[in-house]
Amino acid sequence: MTNRIFAVTVVVLLAAIATVTASGRGGWTSAQLEELRSMSLAGLDPLPRDPTNAVADDPRAAELGRRLFVDTRLSSNGRVACSTCHQSDRGFQDGIALANGVGTTARRTMPIAGMARSPFLFWDGRKDSLWAQALGPLESPVEHGGTRALYAHVVADSYARDYEQIFGALPDLSRVPRSAGPVADREAASAWSALSGTQRDDVTRVFVNIGKALAAYERRIEFGVSRFDKYAAALTSGQTEAGILTDDEVAGLRLFIGRANCTQCHNGPLFTSNEFHNTGVPPRPELAIDRGRLTGATAVLSDEFNCRSRWSDARERCSELEFIVTGEHTLDRAYKAPSLRNVAGRAPYMDGGQFATLAEVLDHYNRAPAAATGHSELRPLRLKPVELRQLEAFLRTLSGSVIAGGPAAR
Amino acid sequence: MRDTQRIDTSMIRRTALAVAIMAVALSTTACSHAMMMIHGTGAKRPAASEFGLGPRTSAGGRYVATLEPARPLHPRQMQTVRVTVRDAGGLAIDEAQISIDGGMPQHGHGLPTRPRVTRNFGDGIYEIEGVRFNMGGWWEFKLAIAGSRGADIITFNLDL
Repeated sequence: MTNRIFAVTVVVLLAAIATVTASGRGGWTSAQLEELRSMSLAGLDPLPRDPTNAVADDPRAAELGRRLFVDTRLSSNGRVACSTCHQSDRGFQDGIALANGVGTTARRTMPIAGMARSPFLFWDGRKDSLWAQALGPLESPVEHGGTRALYAHVVADSYARDYEQIFGALPDLSRVPRSAGPVADREAASAWSALSGTQRDDVTRVFVNIGKALAAYERRIEFGVSRFDKYAAALTSGQTEAGILTDDEVAGLRLFIGRANCTQCHNGPLFTSNEFHNTGVPPRPELAIDRGRLTGATAVLSDEFNCRSRWSDARERCSELEFIVTGEHTLDRAYKAPSLRNVAGRAPYMDGGQFATLAEVLDHYNRAPAAATGHSELRPLRLKPVELRQLEAFLRTLSGSVIAGGPAAR
Repeated sequence: MRDTQRIDTSMIRRTALAVAIMAVALSTTACSHAMMMIHGTGAKRPAASEFGLGPRTSAGGRYVATLEPARPLHPRQMQTVRVTVRDAGGLAIDEAQISIDGGMPQHGHGLPTRPRVTRNFGDGIYEIEGVRFNMGGWWEFKLAIAGSRGADIITFNLDL
């Protein structure tokens, strides 16, 4: 009897040793450890240059951009700034389903951190630089609601010295009305048509430079370290990882890089490949039909401020535009995969804030309903309720600070 | 002189036809990729010996190609790749029409960009620009080559 117990004990111990040896640290295989390392913030490449923006890494431009970012005079009613929706104390978003500027938009506010690394901006990627993106809301009738002439006047009135140190002399705006621009508002549009070509160019140049200063500020808004990063750092540096994540969080991480297939879109240090996907998220019934990337891909090619435009400082080719995918049915109602860093603090979710909680998001991915328009790329995951809770627990480990003023490009 | 021109014309016609057929074949593949969708297609990863930048022989044995990325291939980055195309006997293939397709067989999606040949250096060397792989893992990178030896497809298996 004693011998049998001894034999069983030896077999169990040997099996345990074999298991530990087969898997690496923390029970991860070497391939999984490599994947965790690739998702860690420590693996983030230095900030890339922005060839379209000559002042992208000029600290004076970043400081001007920081001040413009919070200036409500850059709006038709004097009450809306970039920071109205991109609130610095909430990770540069607003926590509501559809953003509110001078009116209500058709989209959820996107967070800014890490966006300097994305080739395309907005949910549908209709802009190809941070500065071109920043100009969109300024002329939107439901966001800032103003005109480029108004913004040029605000800069001339209040920021002339700082502006001129960076961009050179301001144009003479004495004959330019305060409200004029190629916008929906009829009066402003007709005032814009009445201006000479030179006047329009003068105003547009100031407008573009506002965007470039805003971009210089925004591109250095970066994610801080999360508990997941600490766990990954401990695993890959040989320190003990015990106690950094709970068992449920680790189980969720296993699902995240495994059966739940999350890394197909949410990979790399920012937990996004910055590509566009139709995941069958139901459109908001009250909104106009929105085809997502299908229209965004076409729009960016003809955008007044894209990389190929006369307002861009790029001297090299615009590869992102040159090799862009357009017209494919896979783009229909496809939206940009956002970063999952700080996702727990960023409800509601999706392009129109359709889901109120992370649990609702995970339930959607688990069920994978058909798309209302186009084809959903999802297939049912068939995860158990406990596994969905573990995934959610893991997503909550991705929270960290958001740092404005991270290192500039080298 | 006239004979040479005639040969050239028929060759151009045949090449154009081959390119057209392959373009249809490639677009069909791209579409079926899209229809298969994310989340496991059951495609089996090839043996380790099937991976790499080549030299790799085309399906019909007409061509042998080798890839040479300008920088090591890395997920989420725009890449430039040089490809050298030779026939089975090692002769350089110039003036070939090369179209590019690819994707992740296990996930059922294609390339996120539309890469294409942007330069022909001669001596069978071509430059492909606009290549991006949007995640790590097993990717297929396919070259449909229409050249003096006919039309053929080379599939590279890459591990990002």
